[in-house]
Amino acid sequence: MTRWERFLDTFFNVEVMARYLPKIAEGFVVTVELALLVVVSGLALGLLLAVVRTLRVRVLNALIVLYVDLFRALPPLVVIVLVYFGGPAAGWSPSGFVATWLSLAVVLSAFAEEIFWAGILAVPRGQWEAARSTGLGALQTLGWVVLPQAVRMTVPPLTNRTIAITKGTALGSVVAVSEILSSAQTAVSFSFNPSPLTLGAAAYLVLFIPVVMLGRWVETRFAWKR
Amino acid sequence: MAPGARPVLSIRGLRKSFGSVEVLKGIDLDVRARELVFVIGPSGSGKSTLLRCCNRLEEPTDGSILFDGIDVLSPRTDINAVRRRIGMVFQSFNLYPHMTAAGNVMLALRRVLKKGRAEADAIARAALARVGLADKAGSYPGELSGGQQQRVAIARALALEPVAVLFDEPTSALDPELVGSVLQVMRELREAGMTMVVVSHEMGFARAAADRVLFMDQGEIVEEGPPAQIFGAPRHARTRAFIEQIVRH
Ligand SMILES: Nc1ncnc2c1ncn2[C@@H]1O[C@H](COP(=O)(O)OP(=O)(O)OP(=O)(O)O)[C@@H](O)[C@H]1O
Ligand SMILES: [Mg+2]
Repeated sequence: MTRWERFLDTFFNVEVMARYLPKIAEGFVVTVELALLVVVSGLALGLLLAVVRTLRVRVLNALIVLYVDLFRALPPLVVIVLVYFGGPAAGWSPSGFVATWLSLAVVLSAFAEEIFWAGILAVPRGQWEAARSTGLGALQTLGWVVLPQAVRMTVPPLTNRTIAITKGTALGSVVAVSEILSSAQTAVSFSFNPSPLTLGAAAYLVLFIPVVMLGRWVETRFAWKR
Repeated sequence: MAPGARPVLSIRGLRKSFGSVEVLKGIDLDVRARELVFVIGPSGSGKSTLLRCCNRLEEPTDGSILFDGIDVLSPRTDINAVRRRIGMVFQSFNLYPHMTAAGNVMLALRRVLKKGRAEADAIARAALARVGLADKAGSYPGELSGGQQQRVAIARALALEPVAVLFDEPTSALDPELVGSVLQVMRELREAGMTMVVVSHEMGFARAAADRVLFMDQGEIVEEGPPAQIFGAPRHARTRAFIEQIVRH
């Protein structure tokens, strides 16, 4: 075998790839499910926390800041392992899927809260005053005037952060979630050939390139004429 | 149109402090229906704060404010109900940049007065026509000149059929050639009998349109009277010094 042939056999063994494609496809579905759950619940929780923070209740705000700082500082893998292996000691045994989902959602919510909050603060005070002077309540002002502007400003950093954390679904492989990476690793150990990993990488590209493109589309879509 | 006898706005002993700094030091003011009261004074004298206390964008420290018979400062008063009946126009327009001109005018019609889309749209278009912007209903603030933006802001206030409108330096952020269009709208409002309190240094407009001019300095109303008196023969030295200074500019 020439070097080139060995390279092809190692990473692009068609026969092995074909054999394990169904397994990787199953992993793909799991990753997509996990990613969607993380994005939706993480962003929703982050937005909710940012909205609560605008009420400016001292104790609540202190708790939110503590939560945000904590989960921005902890590596996501540590949170996942803590929930998965520590949970049972506290009388709660989440599946690897649930542990990964909740951990990543919580981490994403912490970053999202901070980004939404910065966006809310960046909306000029005059916007609040104009809306309140026409009789809109605080939550109405937030919903109709402030958040639409804040969210537009936060789309780029939020997209980046969301993609980064969603890629963390691969960490689920550590706690027995059969998502893409874990399916690929299992396939490698059965076939003694790393080609399934190539397939796994391709699966991530198939998943995330459209997400990156969607992010860019949302950015232009949400920009308004100033 | 001559002002009515009934005071629409009645302020007594109004005080406002920011921290230890007292910015309003006991203001008494009555504004009657259909009256146009002009407020002048040096920067930092408390003119904006006075206006902003009237609809509680700023929380007064002490005193009383009656608006159209309602005790504005009472904790039992629904402040949002009061606010929608006091129009407010800001120096920096404060239009919502993500909404069209019509959208800006419609928001409170829909969400505060709970009007249906069609009705709110019709009212918004009428309000925009009133300020000469019927053809700009679909434009975003960023596509409008400063003068046009300020007229949209006036339309936004008028659409709620306010009992009075407060103007805080409505023309001072505008290029000189755009000031006229906004003053024209204000002149028409005055002719239609709108009760107005205007903080501005447009003396020509004040002479032509104001019933009364107040001169404020350091949180107090130093002197008030008809425009001819305040601009032509001010009684207080502080008023005189201030008038001389703005005339020179
Ligand atoms: N939110 C605030 N916090 C602290 N101080 C304030 C605040 N708003 C106003 N002030 C102070 O109150 C005083 C009066 O301010 P105000 O804006 O009412 O003056 P003004 O007469 O409108 O001045 P200008 O002509 O510059 O608009 C100023 O000294 C200002 O610094
Ligand atoms: Mg001011």
